[in-house]
Amino acid sequence: MDWPALALSLQLGGLTVLMLVPLAVFVGRGLAYRHFRVKPLVEAVLTLPLVLPPTVVGYYLLTGLGGGSLIGQWWERFFGQPLVFHFSGLLLASLIVNIPFAVQPITRAFEAIPSELRDAAACCGMGFWRTLLAVELPLAWPGLLTGMVLTFAHTLGEFGVVLMVGGNIPGETRTVAIAIYDRVQAFDFNAAGNMSLLLLVLSLVVLSVAGGWARPSGRRHVLPRR
Amino acid sequence: MSCHDADFSLSIQQEAPIFLDATFSCTGGQLLALVGPSGSGKSTLLRMIAGLSRPAAGQIICGDSCWYDQAQDICLSPQERHVGFVPQHYGLFPHMTALANVLAGLHHLPDHKREPCAREWLARVHLAGLEQRRPAELSGGQQQRVALARALAREPSLLLLDEPFAAVDRATRETLYIELAELKRELSLPIVMVTHDLAEALLLADRMTLLSHGTTLQSGQPREILAHPVNETAARLLGIRNLFDGELLRHDESAELTWFRSGEHLLACRLDARWATGSRVRWMAPNSAIRLRAAGQGSLPESHNRLRLTIKSLLVLGDEVRITASFAGQELPLHLMIPFRLAQKLSLREGNTTDVVLLEEGLRILQEG
Repeated sequence: MDWPALALSLQLGGLTVLMLVPLAVFVGRGLAYRHFRVKPLVEAVLTLPLVLPPTVVGYYLLTGLGGGSLIGQWWERFFGQPLVFHFSGLLLASLIVNIPFAVQPITRAFEAIPSELRDAAACCGMGFWRTLLAVELPLAWPGLLTGMVLTFAHTLGEFGVVLMVGGNIPGETRTVAIAIYDRVQAFDFNAAGNMSLLLLVLSLVVLSVAGGWARPSGRRHVLPRR
Repeated sequence: MSCHDADFSLSIQQEAPIFLDATFSCTGGQLLALVGPSGSGKSTLLRMIAGLSRPAAGQIICGDSCWYDQAQDICLSPQERHVGFVPQHYGLFPHMTALANVLAGLHHLPDHKREPCAREWLARVHLAGLEQRRPAELSGGQQQRVALARALAREPSLLLLDEPFAAVDRATRETLYIELAELKRELSLPIVMVTHDLAEALLLADRMTLLSHGTTLQSGQPREILAHPVNETAARLLGIRNLFDGELLRHDESAELTWFRSGEHLLACRLDARWATGSRVRWMAPNSAIRLRAAGQGSLPESHNRLRLTIKSLLVLGDEVRITASFAGQELPLHLMIPFRLAQKLSLREGNTTDVVLLEEGLRILQEG
């Protein structure tokens, strides 16, 4: 069992959730409530990581964040270390590939809140933050939880993008998915099996628990019966 | 527990997305009913008053405060307007208790005053003891009361009610009418209520504004509007079905009557000198202007306007009977509603003839449009 790889995966998943979900709340809210001309294009761009092969996403991230790119050069000048083949690059890649997993359920959750409730909040004198915290987030909570779980579970299982952007550096970029692949390449099926089983059980537990909590997700919030 | 005393006036004009050309006003303590069919812009206007959508041009003034003025580029947010708004589906926060819903509107008060104030308002709308219930655990009437308590607890300058009784059962509605009438008497704030129910407007409103396709047709006291609709569209909105063609014959100033011909009949109404002799006119006969022969007496009130009707159909609707009848020289039928007992006493049957008079003071000559 490659415990450092598992710890790295959990760390990557946790940080991705912590950093992506707050952003997804604002992006999802904006997509749910605002209407602008290029909205379909924005939605398509945000959904791209879901439909593109991981190798394609990985390729663009590798070239876009690598030492030859403006971002890569700026990062290296500023932080003194490269973005690719480093945990920070892995985290950035993870944030990008998980955008649809976080944004989509959160957008749907905000869309399910009747506009009448936001109108009522405004007429109660609630400003943006109070409406968000007291009305919208409690009602969108199941969608938020779904977004968090999907992001975390997907990060644990992400392979292609991680391999292309991070490589296989023990303790730095080797996640549990990479470690399983590495063990299979080395014909160590015993270790690969153990790690696969652990990943399977971990994902199943996380999804089941969160699925129970997030049961109302996807349903429209019906206004109280009369 | 007080509400600001303020007068309210609105004038809004816009072409798109919905055409609006509306002007109305009401004073503190008055209930103004916006009446019109679906799609006439009633709820849109209410949203504009609340600051939830922005009109293209016009002015909205409440008391000393200008809420919207396109010329001066003033547009206060809903939070700044201090309105109490009861939307069509009440807009209660489903994850909060009744008490928390009312508390949500009380952030303008110091912390220690909020809960006593919220409880007081819930008690005032007869919901004491139900503070911890969520909206889904309350009946429609109770939800409406929570929404009303939340709106009023905010000490608004103006109360907005969007079809507040549309989806409660009849018994609850009657109770809520009484409660609203009592609250209106106690509060001195202007109330604007959207309704498509004319009977509701007549029952509750001090003033009424008729809207059609976003345009104000007429404003005034409900009974006055009902008796004197400004034109044919207003008359139709008021549910007046007896609208006929006629030709104006003469004005008799000494008798204070205007004479006109309709079909084979010479009819008279109160003097209305707006119309030129010989002009084609439209005239209306509201139900209140039609008198049948009084049962058992065989007499009719004094009137110049006697008609012999042939009853085409009788339809019993609860305690009332809807009669469709024809009279000589008119293709269009005359409609009237009479109490069921009167129809029985007069032994009215389909195919029978009966005499009626049309009271001069009830007949009106109308502008077309």
